Amino acid sequence: MSTVPEVVVTGLGATTPLGGDVPSTWRAALAGESGARPFENDWAERYEIGVSFGATIKVTPDQVLTRPEIKRMDPSAQYALIATREAWADAGAPEVDGERLGAVVSSGIGGIWTTLDAWDTLREKGGRRVLPMTVPMLMPNSPVAYVSLELGARAGAHALVSACASGAEAIGYGVEMIRSGRADVVVAGGTEATIHPMPIAAFAASRTLSLRNDDPTGASRPYDVDRDGFVIGEGAGVVVLESAAHAAARGARVYARIGGVGLSADGYHITSPEPSGDGQVRAMRAALADSGVAATDVVHVNAHATSTVVGDLIEARSIRGVLGDDADHVALSATKSMTGHLLGGAGALETIFTVLAVHERQAPPTINVENPDPELVLDLVRGTPRALPEGQIAAVNNSFGFGGHNVALVVTSA
Amino acid sequence: MAHSEQEILAGLAEIVSEETGLPTDAVLPEKSFTDDLDIDSLSMMTIVTLAEEKFEVRIPDDEVKNLATVGDAVSFIAGAQA
Repeated sequence: MSTVPEVVVTGLGATTPLGGDVPSTWRAALAGESGARPFENDWAERYEIGVSFGATIKVTPDQVLTRPEIKRMDPSAQYALIATREAWADAGAPEVDGERLGAVVSSGIGGIWTTLDAWDTLREKGGRRVLPMTVPMLMPNSPVAYVSLELGARAGAHALVSACASGAEAIGYGVEMIRSGRADVVVAGGTEATIHPMPIAAFAASRTLSLRNDDPTGASRPYDVDRDGFVIGEGAGVVVLESAAHAAARGARVYARIGGVGLSADGYHITSPEPSGDGQVRAMRAALADSGVAATDVVHVNAHATSTVVGDLIEARSIRGVLGDDADHVALSATKSMTGHLLGGAGALETIFTVLAVHERQAPPTINVENPDPELVLDLVRGTPRALPEGQIAAVNNSFGFGGHNVALVVTSA
Repeated sequence: MAHSEQEILAGLAEIVSEETGLPTDAVLPEKSFTDDLDIDSLSMMTIVTLAEEKFEVRIPDDEVKNLATVGDAVSFIAGAQA
């Protein structure tokens, strides 16, 4: 009798605005630090952009990678490779046949630095100066291609794109690769490197960014009454997923299980979430059903909560709608208050936070919530971390993206 | 202003080093781009593009296949300078 494999997390890697790896990022998150800072450039004045800060990466790739690696990879791929190397080492570099090893690493936007640099070169110097590596650097599958090359992952290399849900969708697809029998081990995550004046001007034009230029660390404030938009971030998160049997056979340390994957689409508006939260509710319900976890077992939710006026509350109501009275014992965390919004990297980094919350039994805090929105109908973890109960527990990580993409992942204790 | 062959070799070595991670002193005239320096065609075209800019010369695509060694490239660039 064939059974569907259970999927466990055995390795974690990240490079983020809070730190160059997972331990430093997690420590900073538990301490309630902000990764937002003023830009060290003159973009705001030179290009008349209304936003002069963001959550830039803490440890730049030139401190970690070789010169040739920097030159032949877009920053989005550099971040992914850095996170992958950490995750792979953290998992104990599992011995696995390359044909049984998969890679799923997404970027919401792709190699935009490369695209725009090449366009500048073309206009300033002409077509003969555009470098031949431009296409392999700008293509949105470039990060996962480099991850596949790095590890010899040959079961499949995929880059699912769903804007700010991309990182979570990648992990969900990685889970499915193992469940369907295509792979025993999958490296999965998301990455983004979009802190460039053009996308910042474009996000600012859509009125989605916080304009709190005089207070960068206080700008990302999900569920606070004075929230005014998200803080753009950058970085990558990568997890090593493994069938429980494969992990057990090699005696691997298991952080947690990914018990359920839920996906839906709003089919409503290109940027605005559907106001009733129907799509979000369906994604969470599907993930819970997939995991077999009852609402009463959910003790923690890492919210998508980007600090926008409309989006935060729709999600809070959706969570209440799914969990009902059981939502009363859920510790809700909005970690973008500290990391900023990593776009395609967000869902992956927040999955790592959710896995660590379950593994270490503590929910990270939400910072900058001075006056909680009176319409918030959930128990927000504010200021300092919150202990989670012993025994079998479950947590949900939500990720939603422009275009109406909804992804919910259920993480359960090992 | 024309560059001497010594200057071209030094400049080319810098480009190759940036592209491959090899030390500049490994980029010697007798070295083959493919066999000794392990440079694939995409990297070779990157080196050609950067060399054209650095030395203000045109290296036609038809010519690139004749540039087997670092010395071949230095000679071609020296001769192609205006």
